[in-house]
Amino acid sequence: MSILVDEDTRVVVQGITGGEGKFHTEQMIEYGTNVVAGTSPGKGGQEVAGVPVYDTVEEAVNEEDADASVVFVPPAFAADAIFEALDTDLDLVVAITEGIPTQDMAKVNKRLEEVDTRLQGPNCPGIITPGESKLGILPGNIFSEGNVGLVSRSGTLTYQVVDSLTQRGIGQTTAIGIGGDPIIGTSFIDALEEFENDPDTDVVVMCGEIGGEDEEEAAAYIAEHMDTPVAGFIAGRTAPPGKRMGHAGAIVSGSGTGTAESKIDALNDAGVPVGDTPEEVADNVEDLL
Amino acid sequence: MRLHEYQAKDVFADAGVPTPPSALATTVDEVVEHAEEIGYPVAVKAQVHVGGRGKAGGIKLVENAEEAREAADAILGMDLKGYNVDKVLVEGAVDFKNELYVGITMDRGAGKPVAMVSTQGGVNIEEVAAENPEAIAREHIDPAFGMHPYQARKAVYDAGVPKAVARDVASVLTTLYDLWADTDASDAEINPLMITEDDEVIAADAVLNVDDDALFRHPDLAEMEDEAAEDDLEAKANEYGFDYVRLDGNVGIIGNGAGLVMTTLDLVDYYGGKPANFLDIGGGAKAERVVNALDMVFSDDNVDAVVFNIFGGITRGDEVAKGINEALGQFDEIPKPVVVRLAGTNATEGREILNDELVTVEETLEGAVQRTVEYAEDEQ
Repeated sequence: MSILVDEDTRVVVQGITGGEGKFHTEQMIEYGTNVVAGTSPGKGGQEVAGVPVYDTVEEAVNEEDADASVVFVPPAFAADAIFEALDTDLDLVVAITEGIPTQDMAKVNKRLEEVDTRLQGPNCPGIITPGESKLGILPGNIFSEGNVGLVSRSGTLTYQVVDSLTQRGIGQTTAIGIGGDPIIGTSFIDALEEFENDPDTDVVVMCGEIGGEDEEEAAAYIAEHMDTPVAGFIAGRTAPPGKRMGHAGAIVSGSGTGTAESKIDALNDAGVPVGDTPEEVADNVEDLL
Repeated sequence: MRLHEYQAKDVFADAGVPTPPSALATTVDEVVEHAEEIGYPVAVKAQVHVGGRGKAGGIKLVENAEEAREAADAILGMDLKGYNVDKVLVEGAVDFKNELYVGITMDRGAGKPVAMVSTQGGVNIEEVAAENPEAIAREHIDPAFGMHPYQARKAVYDAGVPKAVARDVASVLTTLYDLWADTDASDAEINPLMITEDDEVIAADAVLNVDDDALFRHPDLAEMEDEAAEDDLEAKANEYGFDYVRLDGNVGIIGNGAGLVMTTLDLVDYYGGKPANFLDIGGGAKAERVVNALDMVFSDDNVDAVVFNIFGGITRGDEVAKGINEALGQFDEIPKPVVVRLAGTNATEGREILNDELVTVEETLEGAVQRTVEYAEDEQ
């Protein structure tokens, strides 16, 4: 079992003719992802990596009966691409693009209230169910099949933690990167709820970082609604206030909200052990299993 | 990107927000000249990104030419909390009876913009928010429609703004929202918005922070960026296209991916060191980017040792290692010890390729950080 994606997920790649889109389409197919179509306005009728290209998402979804899309469209046009995907009946839209203006995402966020489609990201590495399917740019070879779910705001930090787990022989049900932007589609709580309902996920790892209050809200959710144990990590303990630490969302505001300390305290209060180092996170997962 | 007060005031004035007469000066003579034109009293205000400028001596009210000369002499060239003051704004002083706060920001929890109004202006609004949150009226705005005029009126009434100026304050708030949306701002604030004895409203300060990710569609604002940059290294990072933040320690840090770089900083601190910077080189590690990253960190005099932490995902470790060798080969002498940790795809091959006469190679993140902290201590 897994959450959100599996070997049957039929995937459309938006922006398939661009450099990133083409490269990662090949990588996804090599991993086993069922990529059924791509889109690129004006390039309909072409093929990329053996995948038919359509001008519009609607056409791709209708012709190829797709369930999910991955967005590799450049930032200036990415919000438009997400709107286009949300106007079809896709179940899941995974936005990889980094650097989408926040005000564009506020408008997308408003639209999400009106549709059933789930958005994951933007500015995220994607989602992977090891051995079955990956949507995005995650390096498939470091993941392994198993019983630990992982949700994270950061890409390479996810890889670091997964690598520690895999080297100890601990595999994953699904790993999901929710993205480092201030406004994102799928929250920690959304992902935690999916893992709680997955009978094969025995422990969940949650990697948060400074900025916003999503981790605090997730801690409250864990305390109230989860039986599955959770191991935590928070990046950015040493970040100074008012500086954006790479991710647009990773910023401690002047009034003291969004600090690592408040997030770690909230998680500890919810019974979640928070590791000081990535290795300590893997230790905690071993203890919880 | 954070604009200076004088830049933000220009944007606000162009949008129709009432502001006092003002002019920018870089020399003592210019200050006096502008002050004479505007008419005394005037305020001489340091243009640096520092909170509490007034208390730190960066703002002076002057009544005549002699005082203007004295104030300009004191402020121009002064060190204000680590920032050198090379520009001042000369601004007509406003006689006020009340100070309000109005602002627009993105409420990330709600995923929507929020307009805020308070009658407790002129002080640190974050303290008001923490100690007395009900003193700030808030109104969430639908970003697809923009702010409805009734919402501006509602926020103003809820905040308890005096009736005589309510209409004008609501109008300022509407204008402020429109310019917030038009400039892709993250924050637009006026604190204080002054109310004069004649019940006129006037913006005595202006804050405008623009979303870096949206600068591509605001070339006019992007042009202001160099002027707004304060730190040479941060300006250099902009040029190279790195995410860079300068800190005050002596351990240089380079890595890929924001979360992993933050984690590396935290580990430096955890093992007893002090991070000198945050530097995310992003995806891949082409030789040119590696050279630029090392150049940046080496040119920070505070740095005593450098940890280079790359988790190769799609990028292969052997390619990264070649990039690092090529980069370090361009230096006649490696000025500071460098510890490299490679993980992920083809990391073993990568570690073999690395030239251990140039760098120290460590297998684990924890090991690499501990080693770098030791080197940094030895160098001191």
